[in-house]
Amino acid sequence: MKIAVCIKRVPVMDQRLAIAANGIAIDESGLKFDVNDFDLWAVEAALQLKEKTGPGEVVIISLGPDAVQEQIRKALSMGADRGIHLQAAALPPDARVVAQALAAELTIGSYDLILLGRVAVDASNGATGAMVAQLMGLPCVTAVSKLEITAGRGRAQRELEGAQEIVEFPVPAVLTIDEGLNRERLPSLKGIMAAKKKPMEVKPTTLAESRVTVRRLQMPPERSAGRIVGEGAAAVPELVRLLQAEAKVL
Amino acid sequence: MPNLLAFVETRAGAIRKAGLEAVTAARACVDASGGGEVHALLVGAPGIAARAGSLGEHGADVVIVVEHAGFERYNPEATAAFAAERIRAGGYRIGVFSSSAQGRDLAPRVAAALDAAIVTDATTLAIEQDDVVVTHPIDTGKLIATWAIRGTPAIVAVRPGATLLVPQARTARVEPAQPVGDPASVRVVTTELRVGDGAKMDLGDAPVIVSGGRGLKSAENFRLVEELAAAFGNAAVGATRAVTDDGWRPHSDQIGQTGRLVSPNLYIAVGISGAIQHLAGMRTSKTIVAINKDREAPIFKVADYGIVGDVFDVVPALTAAVRAARAAST
Repeated sequence: MKIAVCIKRVPVMDQRLAIAANGIAIDESGLKFDVNDFDLWAVEAALQLKEKTGPGEVVIISLGPDAVQEQIRKALSMGADRGIHLQAAALPPDARVVAQALAAELTIGSYDLILLGRVAVDASNGATGAMVAQLMGLPCVTAVSKLEITAGRGRAQRELEGAQEIVEFPVPAVLTIDEGLNRERLPSLKGIMAAKKKPMEVKPTTLAESRVTVRRLQMPPERSAGRIVGEGAAAVPELVRLLQAEAKVL
Repeated sequence: MPNLLAFVETRAGAIRKAGLEAVTAARACVDASGGGEVHALLVGAPGIAARAGSLGEHGADVVIVVEHAGFERYNPEATAAFAAERIRAGGYRIGVFSSSAQGRDLAPRVAAALDAAIVTDATTLAIEQDDVVVTHPIDTGKLIATWAIRGTPAIVAVRPGATLLVPQARTARVEPAQPVGDPASVRVVTTELRVGDGAKMDLGDAPVIVSGGRGLKSAENFRLVEELAAAFGNAAVGATRAVTDDGWRPHSDQIGQTGRLVSPNLYIAVGISGAIQHLAGMRTSKTIVAINKDREAPIFKVADYGIVGDVFDVVPALTAAVRAARAAST
C-alpha cells in the first residue's frame, strides 16, 4: 500500500506561550516545536499498516516554512520512507487554503490511503482532513480510533461523545486519526541515522488567499488563586460547607 | 438582513442538546445583527419530523425536514451533499453547525463543497459589516483567538456547552424537502452506533465531573471515583491520559488536550497531579476541587478548593458527606 501522512509542526504545549508584539501571533522565540500528537498517531498507523500488508511506501507531507523539515525527519526516523516539504512561509488560519495545497500534491501521488491527525493542537480547527477528502472526491472517515483494512475495504471505529460509530468504506480514502488507535514508536538510533539519507523533496508552494484573518489574541481570564481547605479526611466537612455555601454547587 | 442555516445534530432519532445550541447560537447572531431568519435543517429517518417542534422553541423560523431511511444512522456523504445544496440555494450568510464529533466531520465537507471558509469550536459568533467574527480557543485553551471570516457563506461550528439555551415562544414553519441524490447509495456507511451505558451521563452534559488520575494506583481503585460520582447523582466519571493509556479506563473518558474538553459546574480531581495536558481539558470548569497527597502538585494552582491528603482516606469521607448533604436537602 502507498500511504501518505500529512503532518503539522506545532509548538510543544507543555511550555508557556506569549503573544507577540503585533498582537495577532504567538511569540515563537525560544519555543520548542514537535509533530502534532494526532499526526504522530497517523504516522504510526501508516507504519503498522505497511508492516502488516507487505511491500508499500509511507510518504510524509508537510506544508510550511523550512523548519517543518525537522518534523518530516522525525517521521522518517520512525520508519517512513520519504518526505515531501511543501514550502510556504506560514500557514494561514483558513483550513481551506491548507486543504487545497495538500489536495493538489496528494492528487499527483496516487495514494491508496491518506492519513491526517484529527486536529492540530495549535489551531484547534480540525477541518483540514475532511476538506482534503471532499476536494479530492475521496471517501472520508474522521476521528478513527480503530482501523482494519483488508482487500480494498476498510472498517473503522469513530469516537463520538459517549458513543462510537462503526463505519465501512472503500479505499482509496482519507482518514483522520484520533487518540486510542495507537501510541507512536520512538525513533531508534538506527532510525535516526537512516532518516538522514532518506529522500526529501522540497516543492515551493503558492497558497491561495486566506479568507480567515486573526484580529487579535488574548490570554484567557486567569483563575483566581484557590486555597487548601485542610489536610486529610478531617478537611471534608469544611470542603462540603464551602461547596454548599460559597460555590453553591452542592 | 441575513438569514442563517443551522444544522440540527441528532443521534438515534433524537435531537441532541448540541443541535439545539446551534439553532440558539444562530438566533442570537441574527438578532444581534438587526434581524433575519433562522432556518433549521433536520435530517433523519422517517419520523424525525415529529421532533421539529422543539426547534421553533429554540429560535428557528423555519425547519427544513428531510426524512429518508438512509438517514437512520449518520450518513456523512448524503448529509453533506444536502446541507451544501441548501446553503447554496438559500443564499445563507452563515451555515451554523455543532463542533461535536459529528459536526466536525460534517461541517468541513460542506465548507469544501461550497469553497467556503470554516472555523470550528467557536465560543462566540457575530456578524460585523462584511465579516463573520468568532472567538476560538487555540493552543489547548492557552490563548483565545478572534478570527474574522470574509466571504459568503461562512461555515461556523459552535462549541457544545458555549451557548445557553433560551426557550422562546416561537412556532416554526415546517418545510419538507427531498434529499440530494440517493442517501442509500453512498461510499461511507455507518453500520452501527454503539451508545455507551445509557444510565451513564456524558462528560459533555454532566454538571459534575469526578476525575481520577494515577494517584488511584490501580484500575480497581476507580471504584472510589465512581462511588463519589454516584453520591452526587448527576456526575460523570473522567480520567487523565496516563490512566487511559494504562487501560484503566476507556479512551473516551479522557479529559485533556487530546481528549474531551469539559467545563462542568463542579470538577473534582482525585489523585491528579495537574499536567498541562490535563489542565487544557478542564481549566474552564466553574469550580475545581483537588484531592492530592502532594501539596506542591500543579493541580492546586487551578483548584478553588484543595485537600492535601491520601485519596483513600479523603474520597470515601467525601462520598459519605455528599450523600448525607444530598439526603438532608431532599
